[in-house]
Amino acid sequence: MAHAAGAHAVHHAPQGFIRKYIFSMDHKVIGIQYWFLALLSVFVGMALSLYMRLRLAWPSGSFPFMGEGPMTPETYLSLLTMHGTIMVFFVLTTAPQGGFGNYVLPIQIGAADMAFPFLNMMSFWTTLLGFFVIIAAFFVSGGAPTGGWTGYPPLSAVGEIAGPGQGLGQTLWIVSIAIFAVGSLLGSLNFITTTIDLRAKGMSLMRMPLTVWTWFVTSILMLLSFAVLLAAGILLLMDRELGTSFFIPAGLVISEQVINHKGGSPLLWQHLFWFFGHPEVYIAILPGMGVTSQILSTFARKPIFGYRAMVYAIVAIGALGFFVWGHHMFISGLSPYSGLIFSMVTLTIGVPSAIKTFNWLGTLWGGQIRFATPMLYAIGFVSLFVSGGLSGPFLGQSSLDLYLHDTYFVVAHFHLVMGVAAIFGMFAGTVYWFPKMFGRMMNETLGKIHFWITFVGVYAIFMPMHYIGIAGHPRRYADTTAVDYLAALQPVHEFISIAAIITIAAQLFFVINFFWSLYRGPKASENPWEATTLEWTVPSPPPHDNFGGRTPVVYRGPYEYSVPGASQDYIMQTTPDTMVRGAK
Amino acid sequence: MDTAGVEEVGASVWEGGSPPYAIPSKKLGMWLFIVSDAITFAGLLIAYSYLRVASADWPKPFHFYPSIIVASVMTFCLLTSSITMVMAVAAAKQGKVSSTLKWLGWTMAGGFAFILLHANEWRGLIAEGLRPFTNPWGTPAGSTPLFGATFFALTGLHMTHVTIGVIMLGVLAAGHKSGRYPADYVEIGGLYWHFVDLVWMFIFPLVYLMSATVGH
Repeated sequence: MAHAAGAHAVHHAPQGFIRKYIFSMDHKVIGIQYWFLALLSVFVGMALSLYMRLRLAWPSGSFPFMGEGPMTPETYLSLLTMHGTIMVFFVLTTAPQGGFGNYVLPIQIGAADMAFPFLNMMSFWTTLLGFFVIIAAFFVSGGAPTGGWTGYPPLSAVGEIAGPGQGLGQTLWIVSIAIFAVGSLLGSLNFITTTIDLRAKGMSLMRMPLTVWTWFVTSILMLLSFAVLLAAGILLLMDRELGTSFFIPAGLVISEQVINHKGGSPLLWQHLFWFFGHPEVYIAILPGMGVTSQILSTFARKPIFGYRAMVYAIVAIGALGFFVWGHHMFISGLSPYSGLIFSMVTLTIGVPSAIKTFNWLGTLWGGQIRFATPMLYAIGFVSLFVSGGLSGPFLGQSSLDLYLHDTYFVVAHFHLVMGVAAIFGMFAGTVYWFPKMFGRMMNETLGKIHFWITFVGVYAIFMPMHYIGIAGHPRRYADTTAVDYLAALQPVHEFISIAAIITIAAQLFFVINFFWSLYRGPKASENPWEATTLEWTVPSPPPHDNFGGRTPVVYRGPYEYSVPGASQDYIMQTTPDTMVRGAK
Repeated sequence: MDTAGVEEVGASVWEGGSPPYAIPSKKLGMWLFIVSDAITFAGLLIAYSYLRVASADWPKPFHFYPSIIVASVMTFCLLTSSITMVMAVAAAKQGKVSSTLKWLGWTMAGGFAFILLHANEWRGLIAEGLRPFTNPWGTPAGSTPLFGATFFALTGLHMTHVTIGVIMLGVLAAGHKSGRYPADYVEIGGLYWHFVDLVWMFIFPLVYLMSATVGH
C-alpha cells in the first residue's frame, strides 16, 4: 500500500530557525508552541481573575491599570467575560489537547509525525490568530465584551446598546471563537486520522496508553461539537451585522429603547451553544484523566486498575456528554419533562466518572508509591475531580438546580472540576514530560512547594464559594455590599480573595522552576521515570522523526509494572516476550 | 502471558502497522471533515426548523413557476455534476488524464450553472423585497423576518460551499494535468463534491418545497 503507516513522514528535518521553530510542521515543536500559547493565556486569564477578586473583596478600592476610583460594574463584567473565554478556549482546550496531545500522541503510538503535518501547523496558527483577535477586544472602542463566556443573546446580539463592550468587542469575541472552532476542526481530524492510521505494528487499540485514548475521544468530541458552535456563531454574527433576528425576540426593550427585531429565540442559542458547551467540559477534562491514569500507574509501580473499564468509561463519558446539554438550561423555561430526561442522563455520567475514580484508587492501593512531583499533581487531580465532581449530582437534579443555578455554588463546582482539576492535569503533564520535551529535569523542591501552596490554595478559594452559593449569592455581580443578606458574606469574599492572591503568587514557583530547569536543570536520561510507553524509548528530546528512522514494534500493553518474575519492575511496550523470559 | 506478542499481529486490521480502513489517510481526513461540516449544516437546519415551528405564520412564497421549476433545474445541475464527478474519478483511476479533465470540466460547468441560477434567484427575491431582516410576504407583510434570515443563511452557506467546490475542482484539474495530484486526489475531491450535493438534497425539500405556494 502506497500510504502505509509512516510513509508520509519522510520529510526531512527543516533547516534554519524559522522553519524549525516558527513555521514548523514537526508535531513536537507545534505541541510546545501550543503549550506556550496556553501559558501566556493562563497568565492573562489569571490576571483578570485577580482584578475580579480585588473588586469583590474591596469594592471601593482603586487598582493599578484600572483607572481612577472604584471599578465600574461594566469593567467587572468584561473581566469576567474575558477570563472565562480565555481560560476555557485558550488554556483548557489548548494545552491538554493541542499541547501535550500534539507532542506525545504520535510518539506514544510509534509514528514519525502526525498524519497531516501541514494541517497541524495551520491549526496552531489559526488558533494563535483567534488569540490575537480576542486580545484585540481589550483595545477597541468600548472595550472587551460583557456577555460572559457563553455569549447569551439577546444582550450579545443587539450591539452597543447593551453596553459599551457589546459593540465591536462582542463582534471580535464571536469572530475569535469562530476562528478557534476552525483551528480545532483542523486539529481534531488530524488527531483522529493519526490515531487510526499511524499506530506502529502491534499497537492495537487495547494496547494504547490511556492518554492516547483520551486525546482520541477528545478529538471526536471536538470534531462534532465545535461544528455546532461554528453554526451558532455564524447566526449570531448575522444578527449583529445583517440585521437578522435569529436570537432576538419581539418587543425587547433595552435601555428604554424598543429593539427593532422580532421573531427570534434566545433559547435557540442556548441549545446550540450548550450542545457544544457541555462536550467542551469533557474536552477540557478528559486529557487530564489520561495523564493522571498514566502517572498514577507509573509512580505506583502497578498496572492501571481495570484498563478496559477505563477505556469504556472514557468512551461513555464522551458519548453521554452529547445528551446532557439541557442541564445548563433548567431555569430557561425548558419543559420539565425534558428537564427530567436531561437530569437522568446527567446523573448517569456519575457512573463512568465513579468507575474512573475507583480505578485510580485501586491503582494506588498497595502500590509502591513514589511521591515525585508528577505523582503529587496527579493525586491532586483525583482529589479535585472528586471534590468538584460530587457537586455535579446536586446541580444535575433540576429541582435542586432551580435554587442553585447562577449562584456561586455553580462557580465553585465547575472551577474545581473542569478548571483547577484540568490545570492540575496540565501541571502533572508538564513535570512528567518536561524531561522528554527539553532534555532536563525540573526541580523537585520547588515543585513540591508549588504543589502544596496551590493545592491548599485552590481549596481555600473554591470551598467557601459553595457556602455563599447555598446562602443564595448570585454570580456575575460586581458589587453586592448594598444587599443586606449578601453584605454579611463580605468577610468570606475577603478570605477568598486573600487565598487567591497567595495562590496566584505561588505560581511564580512554577514559572521560575520551569525556566530555570529549562537551562539549568540536571540532564534527563531517556527514561527518568522508569515508565513503559514508547516516548520513553527514544532520546530526550527525541530526534526530528522520533524514532531515528526505525519503526518500533509493540509487544504488550502500556502499564506492565511489577510483573512477577521479570528482572525489573517495568517492561517496556517494545520489549519482546523472549527478552522478558530471558531475564527470568 | 507468553502468547501475547507480535505473533498475534495480523489477527485484526486494528492491530497497528497499517491503516485499518485500507484507504489513504487523506481520504479518511476528508471523511472526517465531511462529518464535521455536515454537523454545521445540521445545526443550521435545526435552527431553521426550530424557528419555523415557533413562528405562527411562516410564509410560503415559492410559486410553482418560476421558483420551484428553477430550483428543480438547479437540483438537476447538481445531481448531473455528481454523475460527471463519478465519471471523472473512474477515468482518473484508469489513468486517462484527458478524459478525467473533460469530466472535471463538465462537473465544474454543472456547479457553475447552479451558482448562476442561484445568484439570479437571489437577485429576483431581493428585487421582490426579501431581506435578511424582513420579507414582503406574510400577514401582515414582514411579519416573519426569519424567513429571509434562514433562507439567506442556509442557501448562502451552501452556495459558498459550491463556489469553493468549483475552485477546488479547477485546482484539482490543473494539478492532475501536471501530474502533481494522483487519481486518489480526484476521488477525495469528489467526496467533497458529492457531500455538497447531498446537503442541497436536504435544503431543496426543507426550504423550497415546504415553502411552495400550493393551488394558486
